[in-house]
Amino acid sequence: MTTSQAAFNASAGTSPVLHLEGVTRVHGRGAAEVHALRDVDLKVYPGEFVAVMGPSGAGKSTLLTLAGGLDSPTAGRVLVEGTALGGLGRKKLAEVRRRSIGYVFQDYNLIPALTAAENITLPRELDGVSTRAARREALAALEELGIAQLADRFPEEMSGGQQQRVAIARALIGERRLVLADEPTGALDSATGESVLALLRARCDAGAAAMMVTHEARHAAWADRVVFLRDGRLVDESVSQDAGSLLV
Amino acid sequence: MSIRHGLLALLDQGPRYGYQLRTEFEARTGATWPLNVGQVYTTLGRLERDGLVAPHGEDEDGHLFYAVTEAGRAELRSWFETPVPRTNPPRDELAIKLAMAVTVPGVDVAAVVQGQRKHSMKALQDYTRLKGQALLADSGQRTDLAWLLVLEQLIFQTEAEIRWLDHCESRLTQRAAEPPVPQGATEAPAKPKRRSRL
Ligand SMILES: Nc1ncnc2c1ncn2[C@@H]1O[C@H](COP(=O)(O)OP(=O)(O)OP(=O)(O)O)[C@@H](O)[C@H]1O
Ligand SMILES: [Mg+2]
Repeated sequence: MTTSQAAFNASAGTSPVLHLEGVTRVHGRGAAEVHALRDVDLKVYPGEFVAVMGPSGAGKSTLLTLAGGLDSPTAGRVLVEGTALGGLGRKKLAEVRRRSIGYVFQDYNLIPALTAAENITLPRELDGVSTRAARREALAALEELGIAQLADRFPEEMSGGQQQRVAIARALIGERRLVLADEPTGALDSATGESVLALLRARCDAGAAAMMVTHEARHAAWADRVVFLRDGRLVDESVSQDAGSLLV
Repeated sequence: MSIRHGLLALLDQGPRYGYQLRTEFEARTGATWPLNVGQVYTTLGRLERDGLVAPHGEDEDGHLFYAVTEAGRAELRSWFETPVPRTNPPRDELAIKLAMAVTVPGVDVAAVVQGQRKHSMKALQDYTRLKGQALLADSGQRTDLAWLLVLEQLIFQTEAEIRWLDHCESRLTQRAAEPPVPQGATEAPAKPKRRSRL
C-alpha cells in the first residue's frame, strides 16, 4: 500500500491499528529519574510501515515495548485495534499480544528448549490452531526467510542471523495486524536484511501495520514514514512521496 | 567525462544515431542524468574531432549514424581499465554548509543537520520505492540490471550522507558536553591539544 493509500485510510475514518496517546515513560525516581519517553502521540494505520530512528538512548525500544504491551506507560494510553492495553487484565493482555501483535525482540528471545519450528508454532497452538496446521504455517514462514532447512534445529545450533530470522518468522505468522520489530536486521547481511524488509513491506501492503526500530537509514527507507526520536520526544518525521516524481 | 564514454560504450555495440543514443543512455540510467539531444550532438562532434567516432552514413529517414573508430575502442577500454579518480573530491555543498554553520555564531547547527536528514531520508525512501518497482519490473535484461545498479548507487550514496549527518549529531552532542575552549584558542594552531582530538 502506498503512503497515499495509508493517508486515505486516515482520512476515510479507518481507525489506527496502533495509537499512542500522550505516552510518557519515566524510569526510576528522584535523582535517578530517566524520562525515556515524553508525551508521545503516534498513530499507525492499516497498511502503514513506520520506521523509528534516533540516537542511542532516545527511547526507541521503550516506544516499542509500550506499543507491544510489554511495559506500561507512566502517563498516557496505548491502544491496539481500539483496545486500551492498560485496561486489560493479565490474561486478556497476553491474548491480545499473541493474536494481534507480532514482536521481534532485539535479542530474538527464542525459547532454548524448543526447535525453530516449535518456537514459531507455540503461540499459534496456544490460540487453538492444530499442531499440524501450525507446523505447516511455520515451515512456510521459514521458507520465506530462506531457512526452511533449519526447522528442527535448536536455537543454540543456529547462528545469530539464523535465530533472528526464526524470531521474525514467529512474529509474521498468523493474522497479526501489528508487527513490532526492534532492529530486526541487526544480525543479517545486506541481502538477507533486504529480504526481511521486503517481507515486512509485503505484510503492510496486505493491510497489516508495522513499526520497526533501526539505526540503518537504508532499511528505514522501506517504510512509508520515518519518525525521529530524540531525548524521548518525537522530533520530526519524513514521509515518502509517490515514486517517480523524483527523477524527472 | 562520463557522457563521452557513455556514448562510446553504446557505439561500441554498433552504429547509432543521436536520438537513439539518448534513448539508450536513459534506458540504463533511468533518466537520473537526463541528456538532451543537443548535448548528444555536441559530444558526438567532439568525439569526431578527436577521431574517436566517425560518420557512418544516413538512413532513408535522414538519421545520421556514427560508428566508433579503433582509437575510440582503445579509449573505451582504457576508461574501463582505469579507476574513476577520487583525488579531486567533488565540491559538496552540504559539507561546506556545515563547515560554515559550526563557525558562524547564532546558527542552529542541530536544526541544519535535522532538516537535511529529513530531506535526505525522504529522497532515500523515494529511491527505495523506485528500486522496489524496478525489482518487480525486472525482465532479466541487461538494461534493467544497469538501472537497478544506478538506483542502488543513489541509495548507498544517500545512506552515506545520512550516516554522516548522524555522526555530526553525535559529534555535536559530545562537544556540547565538554567545557568550552577559551576564546581565541580555536584560532591558535600552536595548541596541539585541540588538534590531536579524534
Ligand atoms: N529499566 C530501565 N531502568 C532505567 N532506565 C531505563 C530502563 N530502560 C531504559 N532506560 C533508559 O531509558 C532511555 C531510553 O532507553 P531505550 O532502550 O528506549 O533507548 P533506545 O533508543 O532503544 O537506545 P538504543 O539505540 O541504544 O537501543 C535510556 O536513557 C535508558 O537508559
Ligand atoms: Mg534499543
